[in-house]
Amino acid sequence: MAKGTLAVVLPIRGSLQPSAYEALTAGKALAGFLGESFDAVVVSGSRGAEFAKDLAARGPGRVHLIENPAFENFSDEACAAPLKRLIEKEGYARVVVVSTINGRLLAARLSAALNAGIAADVWGLSAEGGRVTAKRSLYGGNLIGDFAFASERQVILIQPLSFERAQPQASPGQVVPADSAPGSARAQFVSFEPQPAGEIDLGSAERVVSGGRGLGNADGFKMIRELARVLGAAVGASRAVVDSGWIPYRHQVGLTGRTVRPKLYVACGISGQIQHLAGMSSAANIVAINTDPDCPMMKLASIAVPGDVNEIVPQLIAELKKRKGA
Amino acid sequence: MALNIVVCVKNTPATTALAVDPSTGKAKLDGIQFALNPFDEYAVEEAVRIKERFPGAKTTALALGPERAEGAVREAIARGVDAGAVAVLPGWEESPYAAAIGLAKAILKLHAESPVHLVLFGKSTNDVASGLVGALVAARLDWPAVISVKKIDAVDEKEATVHRMMEDGVDLVKTPLPAVIGTVKEINDPRLPSLKGKMAAKKAELKIYRDADLGVGAEADAALKAVSLAKLSPFPPRPAGVRVDGVSPQDKAQKLVAILAERRVI
Ligand SMILES: Cc1cc2nc3c(=O)[nH]c(=O)nc-3n(C[C@H](O)[C@H](O)[C@H](O)COP(=O)(O)OP(=O)(O)OC[C@H]3O[C@@H](n4cnc5c(N)ncnc54)[C@H](O)[C@@H]3O)c2cc1C
Repeated sequence: MAKGTLAVVLPIRGSLQPSAYEALTAGKALAGFLGESFDAVVVSGSRGAEFAKDLAARGPGRVHLIENPAFENFSDEACAAPLKRLIEKEGYARVVVVSTINGRLLAARLSAALNAGIAADVWGLSAEGGRVTAKRSLYGGNLIGDFAFASERQVILIQPLSFERAQPQASPGQVVPADSAPGSARAQFVSFEPQPAGEIDLGSAERVVSGGRGLGNADGFKMIRELARVLGAAVGASRAVVDSGWIPYRHQVGLTGRTVRPKLYVACGISGQIQHLAGMSSAANIVAINTDPDCPMMKLASIAVPGDVNEIVPQLIAELKKRKGA
Repeated sequence: MALNIVVCVKNTPATTALAVDPSTGKAKLDGIQFALNPFDEYAVEEAVRIKERFPGAKTTALALGPERAEGAVREAIARGVDAGAVAVLPGWEESPYAAAIGLAKAILKLHAESPVHLVLFGKSTNDVASGLVGALVAARLDWPAVISVKKIDAVDEKEATVHRMMEDGVDLVKTPLPAVIGTVKEINDPRLPSLKGKMAAKKAELKIYRDADLGVGAEADAALKAVSLAKLSPFPPRPAGVRVDGVSPQDKAQKLVAILAERRVI
């Protein structure tokens, strides 16, 4: 019988993402419910020892290090082979990965290779009688599904910002080098074009400031970006303004855009149609600034500010700057 | 050999505002209209655009699920796809894990008739919403996969070069074919079904694969039970919010900042 939980960490472009620490928390909790061991593995092209040491300080009993220049630019095919060997050799039953583009591809390969049931965008985990249940949202974030696993092995993709980030602990785990021969990859990375400097990724942002049609025109995003900058937030948008060409698609929040789960979501001139709410309704605090006090976003909001965005947002920026300066 | 493209589509509830049916513990679907999953519109449009670029290219829409799954296939044909196939496996559409097993078998059937070069998918569905099926199908077929594709640059029968939208920017990726490509909304602007397309959709004779044709009988139990929906529930209502009133925009802004500071979110 397979036993034990393994968190798989995939650094991207030579750096470790804070969401890796969330996978450690999720994996350790799961192993705790089941009374089994918890380990991690990092698959890295470089700086592997450094990453493994960092992870080992935050909860896992062991951190396997799979390091090879072949992993510098992520390839699901290259990574899946050594991970499958490790999981089979050590007999792990559960694999926890963060739901990113890379995580999804890799998790799918592992699921098929191990005939392991899989669930993505999981934000809650429990286990009873040795059986794991994963909670995730369905139907545009309107309903919660409890997914029960019956396969011997399970692959769980966790939603960013759904679990706390594991902190360094008194007694670190052990780093152990693992067989690092890559699988042969057919799809090949060619080049990368980073998004504009200073832009924060929506999916893992703790704060998001979004603009909608209520901004009036594309220029309105100047003040939205400024507000985001002073708050250290990512910039989001409704589909209406993306379709109008006010801001690129990568900023769209909602059913056909990104799903976010920040501590703070500031919706400026967004009515809150169901397809927009699909992407943000599980934010911890929602601020709505809107001239229509009865629109769905104002009703949903934790803090509703009735008024014109063009008047309130500049004042808000000024207040936040004052506070920072103080 | 001309390009042969399969686009996988799902027939899903046309609304996401669904209630839980207490008798089944699943979403209440009676009286609900079904339609082509909105994300699949982009995959279908992309298949049609590639076909328009490559005279002789062939496109087939493939769906999996109960009999009504063919609705999505016919809608894809109305939007310009040439032919359709349905893997009739009721209940399998509820599990991304099982759906991928069934779809991969159906793709192999199509592949045996005429080699498939590209399999296109939408980003996710508006029902189960795993965003996993494309990647899982590629894994089952042992074909390469690129998901989150916002642009297909170059494609021929041998390889494709695509732009992949990542969390931190855009990757350029080259893959040999056959391969699975998952699309995102930015890839195109889907056209509406044409009158001619709607006529073709009505008349089209679809290939129907049942479990015996696909040889999934022995695997069915394990595939469906590996991971299954045990309980469906509505989100608890959010705690009631506060309203920030004030004599001026500045007054409101000050009060808002005070609340945010008190809640430690700034
Ligand atoms: C299949 C499908 C998928 C979709 N996917 C998405 C998605 O992913 N994301 C998404 O966002 N939408 C999506 N939509 C679209 C969605 O239904 C709405 O059309 C869209 O969210 C509306 O955007 P909005 O709130 O900016 O605009 P509107 O609905 O026009 O709202 C504008 C708001 O601004 C307020 N306002 C106006 N002037 C001011 C002012 N001066 N100050 C303050 N407030 C002001 C108004 O009171 C109103 O509440 C989808 C739709 C469909 C059918």
